[in-house]
Amino acid sequence: MLSNLNFRATVLSLVMLVVFLGVWQLATAPEVIAPQQGELSEYEQLMGGGADRSSSSGIPAPTQVFSHAFGELSNPFYDAGPNDKGIGIQLAYSIYRVLLGFALAALIAIPLGFVIGMSPLLNKAFDPYIQILKPISPLAWMPLALFVIRDSNMSAIFVIFICSIWPMLVNTAYGVASVRNDWLNVAKTHQLSNLRTAFTVILPAAAPTILTGMRISIGIAWLVIVAAEMLVGGTGIGYYIWNEWNNLDLASVIFAIIMIGIVGFLLDASLAQATKFVRYAD
Amino acid sequence: MSKGFLEIENLSQRFPQPDSSDLMTVFEGVDVTINKGEFVCLIGHSGCGKSTILNVLAGLATPTDGNVIMDNKEITGPSLDQGVIFQNHSLLPWLSARDNVMFAVRARWPNWSKAKRLEHAERYLHMVGLDHAMDRKPAQLSGGMRQRVGIARAFAIEPKLLLMDEPFGALDALTRGVIQEELLKIWSETHQTVFMITHDVDEAILLADRVLLMTNGPHAQVAESVKIDIPRPRTRATLHQEEAYYPIRNHLVDFLVEGAKVMSAKAQEAAARGDNPRHTPRIVNPAKSEAEPEPGPRMVRAV
Repeated sequence: MLSNLNFRATVLSLVMLVVFLGVWQLATAPEVIAPQQGELSEYEQLMGGGADRSSSSGIPAPTQVFSHAFGELSNPFYDAGPNDKGIGIQLAYSIYRVLLGFALAALIAIPLGFVIGMSPLLNKAFDPYIQILKPISPLAWMPLALFVIRDSNMSAIFVIFICSIWPMLVNTAYGVASVRNDWLNVAKTHQLSNLRTAFTVILPAAAPTILTGMRISIGIAWLVIVAAEMLVGGTGIGYYIWNEWNNLDLASVIFAIIMIGIVGFLLDASLAQATKFVRYAD
Repeated sequence: MSKGFLEIENLSQRFPQPDSSDLMTVFEGVDVTINKGEFVCLIGHSGCGKSTILNVLAGLATPTDGNVIMDNKEITGPSLDQGVIFQNHSLLPWLSARDNVMFAVRARWPNWSKAKRLEHAERYLHMVGLDHAMDRKPAQLSGGMRQRVGIARAFAIEPKLLLMDEPFGALDALTRGVIQEELLKIWSETHQTVFMITHDVDEAILLADRVLLMTNGPHAQVAESVKIDIPRPRTRATLHQEEAYYPIRNHLVDFLVEGAKVMSAKAQEAAARGDNPRHTPRIVNPAKSEAEPEPGPRMVRAV
């Protein structure tokens, strides 16, 4: 029955994909182009005389996107100068920034969240700051980061750091604070030291909640890196998209959008997998 | 006064009340002595402070007055000398049955080799008949099996005093009966000193050497210490054929139905007069005193 359901869902998914691609293909089918009359407009001159008008609206057809994607993916790591790098290199830069910012955030958020969760006093004392800092758009920190750090790459990493820290901090504190009293009593009646209690009882008990926070964080970090790289420029998938938009290469833009989705999915799936290891049925 | 293994001296617990400046006295003046190797059950109605007494013995709660001395040392906090089995098993759900017991063994004997810890843990899991389920997590065990793991864990650390707070309260009647007998078996092998809270009169008669009866709160007191004069080994199947069974059972049930209330009223009057609430429980042996007429409302003796 279940496999039957899975099978039907797969079929339905494929049908939706085919319909979507079909509509897209039809909507972007080239019209018969009227022969050029008179002078080229300024826009057409800028666009190379409008010679390469392969579609009616300027949006590339799915076939164009796929052939472009195939070309890019068959040589993802070429490097032909600052404005022409393979998609693999650009994605690697973005992933590197996300993982570094995320790791730094985890290094601070998880121990701090642990302490906050264990101490009702610190919990209350930190709460107003967390509540005010949490809703700030991470990009709002960018000017300050650029001024203080004076390095655009490090500023992007800082922005990732600052947006990753809150979900991990809040979830760790919550997970630690809501460890069941029964389990703490088990630790007490077994005369465990505070450190041992933290590592053998509280950490495993709170681990699923902590990992949920990490999963939220990496999702947000991946959302933010595109915007951050559009601002700081240079390298990365966000810069790539902006650069291709400036080139009016919409096939590359659409291809990059799809790649962002796939990488985001993989980041989330890997943390979901990690969550499985620490999850326990109660 | 002769010193027993466990001395509960003039124990009282009072809590502040939300709508009054007076403290609410849950129980007071409790004086109880428990000998080494004794199995003692405490019975009383809900709210009389049974669990609080157990938590004080476990070191998890601090009494308002009085103290508890075990083996010539005052109990000031939780320790490995007091093993606790709670009603809701309190196993760590991310560890297998074996690892739950290993967790306790490791806390008790940190210097043991892993092989020795493993051997010790598995021996106790074997005693409760869980050989086939050692690798399962608590969520994959039935309620009865979980409670068995809890029993194995508590016995495995070989505490000086084993405390059980209605350990079988959440189990169905059939499972409860089976585990009671297993508990008896382990207890007869280890001769552990046990202090157990229960609601179940038959359970107390089956397991205990002595049953402590508590009056209703507020101002609850441990009024009687009833000797269960039935030879061991006892089994559930033959228990009711014992001559002493019905006198004991009637006595306990009478107390719970009638006596607890009457004595509670007297205790509250005494408290209103400002009498010293400290008292030792009256020693009763229903099996031997059958010829005597059923005593009327008993006086609470003040010491």
